[in-house]
Amino acid sequence: MDAETMQLFAKALAIGLGSLTPALAIGLIGMRAMEAIGRNPEAAGKLFVPMLLGMAFAEAIAIYALIIAFTL
Amino acid sequence: MRQLTKNLTKKANNLPLAFSGIPLAAESLFDIGGFTVSNAMVNAWIAVAFFAIIAFVTSRRKSLIPKGIHNVIEALIEFSMKEIQKVTEDEGKTRRFFPLVATIFFFILFSNWLGLIPGTGSIGIWQEIHGHLELIPLLRPATSDLNLTLAIAVSAILTTHIAGVAYKGGFKHFSQFINFRGIFLSLKKGPMAFIVSLVEFGIGFIEIVGEFAKTLSLSLRLFGNVFAGEILLHVMLSLFAYVLPIPFIFMEILVGAIQATVFAMLTLAFLVVASSDHGHDEEHDESHEHETIEGTALQAEQH
Repeated sequence: MDAETMQLFAKALAIGLGSLTPALAIGLIGMRAMEAIGRNPEAAGKLFVPMLLGMAFAEAIAIYALIIAFTL
Repeated sequence: MRQLTKNLTKKANNLPLAFSGIPLAAESLFDIGGFTVSNAMVNAWIAVAFFAIIAFVTSRRKSLIPKGIHNVIEALIEFSMKEIQKVTEDEGKTRRFFPLVATIFFFILFSNWLGLIPGTGSIGIWQEIHGHLELIPLLRPATSDLNLTLAIAVSAILTTHIAGVAYKGGFKHFSQFINFRGIFLSLKKGPMAFIVSLVEFGIGFIEIVGEFAKTLSLSLRLFGNVFAGEILLHVMLSLFAYVLPIPFIFMEILVGAIQATVFAMLTLAFLVVASSDHGHDEEHDESHEHETIEGTALQAEQH
């Protein structure tokens, strides 16, 4: 296993493993938001922006992993 | 430039074409006396020129009843101030924070959307790099350059510190990070408080690291989203350029708006936290503890 092969593996693992937990996090945020809207449909407008904010934070972690995959 | 067009005319036969994707760093177009101008910089200048023209046009012919473009701008400003007011809950702070936060939002939004116009990233100059021909695009989304996003993030975090000093006083603001005063004050209260104050001194240092983490996270979030979107569009357009990329271009429009909102909202949240007095946490905590214990005891009695 020479250095180039290891580099390819590192790139693939970085983005592969690094996007598991952010995907889970985004799904959980969406799930709770859907539950809250289901209980109280009038609050959908108020919930939208905080939900998007939370999802953007969770997605940022996946973006960090993507940057590592690009720069290796 | 003339050198490059000469290459173009005598290029094709023996040099292989390379589509190695988009480089992470923005490609440089030309030099002005030692200062390298990159294609993302050109896009940023276009955005600045756009806002300057709008500002110039709307600052003339002011009347009490707005018409035309004044209407649009007033609606936008009113909407932004209402949203900012929801976070700050203070008229004075809204007025003082509004210029920075709104500028960040509209500049990032316009730069992101400008990068979706056909021709950005595809019209360029063929240049010979390392033995094969590569396309150097003339235009590239401004926010897909880490330099720009880092500059915006650094200026936003610096402004939060300036706001902290302006609202709380320099000594109080910096004693959040380097907390000698807390140690001296706790010497009167006994050994337990002294140890707690030492721990808070250590926490103050970690807060300094947190400031750098905020800067890095703000810049990398925006850069990563726009850069990855650019690569996605390049890949989709090179697969099949006619109907397939439409949903991805829609997604890029959405992502551009969301990232601008997130950046501006985060800056606003940091500004509000830095300018508000949250150093009296210890004294408030005990009284709140008593309230909740009594509250839960009352509720237990009722049930």
